[in-house]
Amino acid sequence: MCCGSDEPIASAASGPGETGDGVSTSAAGETMDRRRWMSRLSLTLCGLAAAVAGVPILGFFLAPFVSAHPERWRGVGRVSQFPVGSTTTVRFEDPSSLPWSGQVAKTAAWLRREGEASFIAFSLDCTHLGCPVRWEEQANLFMCPCHGGVYYSNGEVAGGPPPRPLTRYPVRVRGDAVEIHTTPLPIT
Amino acid sequence: MNRLRRLAAWLEDRTGIWHALGPIAKHVVPRTGWAYVFGSATLVAFLIQVVTGITLTTVYVPSADEAYSSLEFITERATLGRLIRGMHFFGASAMVVLIGIHAVRVFLMGAFKFPREMNWLVGVGLLLLTLTIAFTGQLLRWDQNAIWSVVVGAEQAGRVPVIGTAIARFIIGGDFLGGATLSRFFALHVFVLPGLIFLFVGFHLFLVIRNGISEPPHAGEPVEPSTYRKSYAALLRREGVPFWPTAAWRDVVFATIVILAIVTLAAVIGPPALSKPPDPTIVDAYPRPDWYFLWYFAVLAMMPHWAESYLMVLGPLALIAVLIAIPLLFNRGERSPRRRPWAVGTVAFSGLVLTILTIAGNQSHWSPDFGVQPLPVHLIGTTSGPIYEGAQVFYSKGCLYCHRIEDHGGHRGPALTTIADRLTRREMTIRIMNGGYNMPGFAGNLAPAELDGIIEFLRSRTSEGATRARTPASMGPDTSAIGSR
Repeated sequence: MCCGSDEPIASAASGPGETGDGVSTSAAGETMDRRRWMSRLSLTLCGLAAAVAGVPILGFFLAPFVSAHPERWRGVGRVSQFPVGSTTTVRFEDPSSLPWSGQVAKTAAWLRREGEASFIAFSLDCTHLGCPVRWEEQANLFMCPCHGGVYYSNGEVAGGPPPRPLTRYPVRVRGDAVEIHTTPLPIT
Repeated sequence: MNRLRRLAAWLEDRTGIWHALGPIAKHVVPRTGWAYVFGSATLVAFLIQVVTGITLTTVYVPSADEAYSSLEFITERATLGRLIRGMHFFGASAMVVLIGIHAVRVFLMGAFKFPREMNWLVGVGLLLLTLTIAFTGQLLRWDQNAIWSVVVGAEQAGRVPVIGTAIARFIIGGDFLGGATLSRFFALHVFVLPGLIFLFVGFHLFLVIRNGISEPPHAGEPVEPSTYRKSYAALLRREGVPFWPTAAWRDVVFATIVILAIVTLAAVIGPPALSKPPDPTIVDAYPRPDWYFLWYFAVLAMMPHWAESYLMVLGPLALIAVLIAIPLLFNRGERSPRRRPWAVGTVAFSGLVLTILTIAGNQSHWSPDFGVQPLPVHLIGTTSGPIYEGAQVFYSKGCLYCHRIEDHGGHRGPALTTIADRLTRREMTIRIMNGGYNMPGFAGNLAPAELDGIIEFLRSRTSEGATRARTPASMGPDTSAIGSR
C-alpha cells in the first residue's frame, strides 16, 4: 500500500458478487460505490478548476466583442483649409488608440467641402471589403485598388462589387474648426 | 564495451526510450514508393518554420509601432536576417504546396477509405490550420499590405449574418485597426496555431501507426470494411518491410531536397519586400495577398455581385463540408485512380481552376491601372485637332485606367481600339453618360466640349486606324508620351 489507501486493490479487477481477495460481496459493493463517488468528485473538481481558471482568461480574450465603443469629435482642420468643391484626406487619432499604437494610432477620412458650411466625410474603406479608396480628382471618382469598386463624388456606387455607398462620418463646423465624429471601422 | 556504449546502456536501462520507440520506428509497413513522401516533407517544412520562426522572434518586436522597423532591421541589417526571413517565407510556401500535394495523393489513391477516415479528417484540420497560420504570418509583416489584409479579412468575417460585426471586431481587436490588432495575431501565429498543429500532427501520426500506412492501390481490389483489416494484416505478414529504414530512407532523401530548396530559394530570391509602413492614413495602397491566396483574391473580385454575401460565408464552409464528407460518404469500394474517373476528374478540374484563378489574381485586371501613362502619339494618330484634344480628355478623366487602346491602358473594361466599328456616335454618348454594369456614368462630370472631344477621339478608333497605328513608321520615329494631366 504505497499511498495509505485502505481499499483492497484486487477488488478493482473483480466484479460485484465475486469475493476476490477475501472481500465480502457487500464490502466490494461499498467499495465500488466509493470509487464511483471519488471519480465523480474528481471529475467535478476538474471541471470547476478549469472554469475558475478559464472564465477570466476567456473574458480577457473576448473583451473586444463587448467592450464599449469610445466615440469622439476630432478636429481635422480649419474651414478655410478646404476649398469649396475639394475632396482631401484628413487624419485624426482613433479614439481607442493605445499607448504603443504609434504609427497605427491615426486613421483617415475623405473630407469633401460641398458648400460654405457643408462638409461630407467619407470613410476610406471600400464597402466591398475595406480596402482604402482613392480620390481621382480629374475623373471625379473614388476608386478602390483591390477589386475594382468605383464611387461617385457623393459616395454613391458607380461600378464594381461594392454593395453600399461609402460610409459617412458625421461632420460639424464649430467656429472655424471642422470636426469629424469618429465611428468604428464600418463593417458591411 | 567502451564508455559511450556503457552510457547508452545506462540511459536505456533508466529510461527505456529505445524499448518504447524502437518498435514504432521499425513497425512493419507495406512496400510503398516515392508518392508517399509528401506527408513527412510537410512535417519537415513545419519544423523549419518552427526553428526559423523562433529565430525571428529573438529580434522581431510584436508591437504595432515597432514591428515594421524591427523587420526592416532583420531584413537589411541583422547578420543572416535576410536568409532567415527568406527561409521562413519559402518554408511557408513549401508547407502549403506539400500539404496540398499530400492531400491530393491521399485522395487519388483512395487512402482516406476505411479504416483511415479519421486520418483524413485530422488532415483536413491540419490543412485549415496551415492556411490560417500562413495568413496570420503574412499579417505579422505589418506593412501597409498587411494592415489592409487584416481589414479585408475582418470585412469578410463581417458578412456572417448576425454575429459578423462582433467577429470582425474580435479580429481587429476593437473598433479600429490599432495597437491591439498586431498582438492578437502574434499570439495566434506564434503560440496558439503552432500548438494546435503539434497536437494535430501527433494525433495524425498516432493514427498512421494505428491504422497502418495504406498499401498502394490495385484496380479490382476494392476496400470492404468487413474484411479489410484481415487482408491488410495478411499483406504485412506476406510482404511487409520495417518502416525504418526500408520505407523511411525515401522520406529522408526527399526532406533533404525540400530543405535544400528552401535555403537556396531564400538565398537567391530572398524574402518578400516590405511594402510601405503600416500607416492607415496612407491612401496610396495596393493590397495583395501572398501567392498562395491569389486564387481567392480573384474569386472575391470576380464573383457575381448579388451572390457575394452568400458565397463569402457559405463558399468556404461548403468547401470544408465537402472535405469532411469525402471519407464519410466514400469509405469503401475501389481505391485505384484507374477505377475512379470522377476522383481524377475532380482533381484535374480543381487544379485547372486554381491555376487559372491564381493567374487571374496575379494580373488582377479588375483593378484600375492607376499608373497608366498618357497615350503615345502613334496611338492617337495625330498631334493636334479635336481627336488629339479628345485623347487628352480621355486620359485625364481616367478612361485609360480601365480601357485600353491597343496595348495601352487598363483591362477592367473592354478594349476601345476599334470601338468606332461597333458603336455609333449616339450609342457612345449614351454609354458614357449613363455608364454600365461596372462603368461609372459620366453625366454631370463632363462638360459638353469634353464629351464631344472624347467622342471625336473614339470615332477615330476604327480597325483601319488601328492597323495604321501598328506600323508606327508612318508616324515617324517619335513615339514618346505627350500631354499632361
